[in-house]
Amino acid sequence: MSERADRDRGRWASRAVQALFLIVLISLWTFATTLGHVSPILLPNPLAVLNELIDVLKSGEYIGDLRVTLTELAFAFAISVISGTIVGYLISRSPYAIKVLEPLLAGAYSVPVILFLPLYVLFFGLGPPSKIALGATISFFPIALNTIAGFGYIDKIFIVSARSMGASNYQLFRFVLLPAAFPVILTGLRMGFTVALLAILGSETIASLAGLGHRIVHLAESMDMARMFAYITFAVAIAAFLNAAVSSLEAKGKR
Amino acid sequence: MTDEVAVRIRGVSHAFGEQGDTRHVRALLDTSLDIRRGELLCLIGPSGCGKSTLLSIMGGLMEPAAGTVEVGNQLVRGPMPQEIAFVFQENALFPWSTVIENVKLGMMFQGVRKAEREKRAKLSLEAVGLAEFAEHYPGQLSGGMRQRAALARALSLETGILLMDEPFGALDEQTRMVLGEDLSVLLSRTDKTIVFVTHSLGEAVFLADRVAVFSARPGTIKEIIEVDEPHPRKPEFITSEKFTRIRNQLYSLLHDEIRKAVSQSAASQRAAADKSSRGAQP
Repeated sequence: MSERADRDRGRWASRAVQALFLIVLISLWTFATTLGHVSPILLPNPLAVLNELIDVLKSGEYIGDLRVTLTELAFAFAISVISGTIVGYLISRSPYAIKVLEPLLAGAYSVPVILFLPLYVLFFGLGPPSKIALGATISFFPIALNTIAGFGYIDKIFIVSARSMGASNYQLFRFVLLPAAFPVILTGLRMGFTVALLAILGSETIASLAGLGHRIVHLAESMDMARMFAYITFAVAIAAFLNAAVSSLEAKGKR
Repeated sequence: MTDEVAVRIRGVSHAFGEQGDTRHVRALLDTSLDIRRGELLCLIGPSGCGKSTLLSIMGGLMEPAAGTVEVGNQLVRGPMPQEIAFVFQENALFPWSTVIENVKLGMMFQGVRKAEREKRAKLSLEAVGLAEFAEHYPGQLSGGMRQRAALARALSLETGILLMDEPFGALDEQTRMVLGEDLSVLLSRTDKTIVFVTHSLGEAVFLADRVAVFSARPGTIKEIIEVDEPHPRKPEFITSEKFTRIRNQLYSLLHDEIRKAVSQSAASQRAAADKSSRGAQP
C-alpha cells in the first residue's frame, strides 16, 4: 500500500516538473516577445498565437485541412497494416526467408524514404495519393519487421506442446501463434502509425495542395506568423492526441 | 499393473545432423523396450544419451531414423492426443492464458466437448492442489506450481499414457521432493502408464516401478531394475535400506557411463574448437 503511495507521489512529482518546464518555457517566450526585442516575424507573442488559435477553432477553417491529413493518414496506415502484416507473416513462415529478407527490410527501414517524395509526386501527383503512398511506404517497415519478430521467434515448446495435444493448423494459429506474436505486432503498429503521421505532415509541407502541413507552409510564406504558430500548436495537439490514443490501445491489447 | 504391453519399442535408432558433419550425433542405437500397462517407468542415463529423444519418438513428436513404436496395436506416426499426454521440462504453459484457460485449451485441442472441459479442468486442478490459483497467469506462479499446472493440463486429457520429460528438472531439490511425493500419491489413484525421464537417481528410485538405465552415446538400454514397493510411497521409503541398496546399484551402473559421456562431450568440444581455429587461419 505504502509502496503504491510512493509510486503515486513519484509520478505526481515528475508531472509537476514537466508542467513547470512548460510554464517556464512559455513565460520565457512571453517575456522575450513583450519586453525583449524579438521581431514578431520570427517569434510572435503567445497571446497573439492564442487569439489566432481561438479564431481558427471558432471559424472552423481548419476542418478541410484536418480532413485531408486524417484521410491520408487513414489510407496510408490501412495499406501498411494490411501489407506489412501479410508480408511479415509470410516471411516468418520460413527460417530461410527470415535469414535472407529480414536484414534486407531492416536495411530498407533505415533509408530516408522522404527523399523519394519528388518521385512519388511525379507518379501520384501533388494531391493526397502521393502522401498516402509515402506514409504507407514508411510505416510498412516497422510493421513488417515486428510481424516477423512476433511470429518468427516463438518458443518452439509452445508449438510442440500444442501439437502433442492435437491442435489443428487453425487452432495452432488462433490460440498459440497469434497470441504469442500479438504484443510484438502491436508495438510495430504503434511505431508504424507514428512514422506515418510524421511522414504525411512532413510531405504536406514540401509539396501538396491541402492538409495541415500545407496550411502551415502557406501561412509562413504569407508571413502570417501568429496564425502559423496557431496551426502548429493545433497540429501538435492532434498528433499528441492520436499517438496517446494509439499507445493506450497498445497497452490495452498487451494487458 | 498387468503384463499387458502399453508401448512396444522395437529397434529404434536416431541421429541428429548430417552424416560426416562434426555435429553429427548418434543419439540412440537399436533400442527395444516393452512398457507395461499401468507401470511407472523411469528412463535414466548420462546427458545426451537419447532418453529424451526416445520419449519424443514414443509420443510421435519425432520420427526415428530406424525402428518402430507401437501404442496399443497402433504404429506411432505422429502425435496421438487421445492416447498420450506430455509434461515437458520447460515451462510449456501459454503465458498469455490463465492456469484454467491453459488446461481447457489443451482439452479443446484434444476435442473434448465444451461442457465437459470446465468440469474436468476444475477436477484436475484440485487434484494437483492448484484450485485456488485457477485464475492466475503462469508468470505469477512459482516454478513448482507451474509444473503442477502443466501436470493438471496433462491429467485433464485423460490419456492412458503420460510421458514426462524431466518435469522437475528445473526445480530445486526440496520442491522436487514434495512434488515427487504428491505425484506418487496421485498416480496410485490412477491406472496410467507413465514414462518419466530424469537425471536424479533418488527421484527414479522413489517414483519408478522399473528403472531403465541408458548407456552413454549412442544410447541404448543397458539394464532394467525393478523397484518392488507399492504406491503411494511414503517419505520413510527414502531412508529405508532397500532404497539405498537400489540407489547404489543404479549409481554403480551409471558411474562408468557418466564418465564416458563427460569425456565424449570434452572430445567433441575439442574437435569443434580445432575446426573453428583452423577456419580462422587465413
